[in-house]
Amino acid sequence: MKTINQLQDEIIADFSLFEDDMESKLFYLMDLGKKLSPMQADHQSPEFLVKGCMSKVWVYPNYKEGILQFEADSNTDITKGLVSLLVNIWNNRTPEEILNTDLYFIDKIGMGSMIGSQRSNGFAGMIQQMKLYATLYKDK
Amino acid sequence: MVYLDNAATTQKPQTVIDALQQYYSHDNANIHRSAHTLASRSTVNFENTRTQVQSFINAKEAAECIFTKGVTESINLVAASYGKLVLQPGDQVLVTEMEHHSNLVPWQRICEETGAQIIAIPVEKDGTLNIETALTFLNEKVKILSMVWVSNALGTINPIKKMIDAAHHIGAKVMIDAAQAASHFKIDVQELDCDFMAISSHKLYGPTGLGVLYGKRALLEAMPPYQSGGEMIKEVFLTHSTYNELPYKFEAGTPNIADVIAFEKALAFVTEIGHDQIAAHEQALYQHFMNAIQNSAFEGIQLIGTAAHKISVQSFLIAGMHHFDVGMLLDAAGIAVRTGHHCTQPLMRKFGIEGTVRASFAVYNTLEEIDYFVERLHTICTRTR
Repeated sequence: MKTINQLQDEIIADFSLFEDDMESKLFYLMDLGKKLSPMQADHQSPEFLVKGCMSKVWVYPNYKEGILQFEADSNTDITKGLVSLLVNIWNNRTPEEILNTDLYFIDKIGMGSMIGSQRSNGFAGMIQQMKLYATLYKDK
Repeated sequence: MVYLDNAATTQKPQTVIDALQQYYSHDNANIHRSAHTLASRSTVNFENTRTQVQSFINAKEAAECIFTKGVTESINLVAASYGKLVLQPGDQVLVTEMEHHSNLVPWQRICEETGAQIIAIPVEKDGTLNIETALTFLNEKVKILSMVWVSNALGTINPIKKMIDAAHHIGAKVMIDAAQAASHFKIDVQELDCDFMAISSHKLYGPTGLGVLYGKRALLEAMPPYQSGGEMIKEVFLTHSTYNELPYKFEAGTPNIADVIAFEKALAFVTEIGHDQIAAHEQALYQHFMNAIQNSAFEGIQLIGTAAHKISVQSFLIAGMHHFDVGMLLDAAGIAVRTGHHCTQPLMRKFGIEGTVRASFAVYNTLEEIDYFVERLHTICTRTR
């Protein structure tokens, strides 16, 4: 399995191919979202909604034998792409690995200018929620 | 940058920006009270805008034009002052399903307080009002009809003259939300015979945080003040006060002097070009857009609001895509449009949608900009199919 940072470096490399073409970066994000494994319908409940997000984004944690897996979905394709980046990086990791991650890819791919301030807040909400799950399961 | 979010707010002509700078650099003084030269100059300029507003909407007198923070405050003023004065339990306030929240929530609150009831005229599938249906809602219980002239979400131009006349026939008073109308066509409040009208400066090429409430003198005089404090008084004693004459009775506190003075330049901008010229240009842009998307590449586009009589605004959805995503993709291509419910949640609910993408064209937009917009929409429609 690739390390978290290897995956981050891959994301940076992928997005660098588009240079300053913001439109193509967004289309790419949407494509990434489409590859996300489907979320179990009953996991799309209000308690798994990410707070502070303009769109609806659900993140559901599965914890088994010290390892966290995530299911996620969104009602908008770009946001689904955003959450898929996090799911891909953090799936099958221990809570400690998740909590100790330095998400350096965000700045490197120019996320702020790509998605704007409102969606950046939403993206921060996704990170916060996934880290919260990691915190909850850390001592179990 | 292609700015197609003009229904949210218009860009400002340089004359407006210069007037703001001129005021703060050279003319800044509080108006009406001080005796010095600067104050006198500011007062003259401030009141000159009022005269220009009077002329712009053809009010009988300048005193019938009250400066407010915007359309929202104008409607709140009428609801809180006139609404509270006349509404009784069982009375009705008539609105339409296409109102902006600013023409719903103030009435909801005053209805809660007075025991009156809000009734909404339904909107047809094409985003119009059926005038025959609308007229059936006017009965003796209706004391106030408060309706939008032009829908911000759909662009529909409503038949307000017929509604005003019919409302008067049953003794109701009429408030018109002209936020989206004033930049597109000539307003004549005397010909319309509306009792109140709300206008926004920032949707009319002027500064933000400023609007006008027009009201007929007799009604404004009968109404109690909305806010209290400085400026709106004649004499103040420790336990009671007498109130100033119109329009100052409704302009408590130091007003938005700089923006009022600069607003005159916005009115001049529109007047100098002429409403006919503006309407012709905007309709040409709109038709150009509509013709361009009448082709199979755009079949995923669902138009929301297809009235025959509308301003240069089009709401739409693209099949299989969330409107936020469309807005972001357009933004990435340098095009600003509005996405969301446009502060018309009941209308969105009626159409069974969460929101739309809304493009709104203004006098400074060009055919080339519309072409570029169409080209980017084409990319979105084809790449996401």
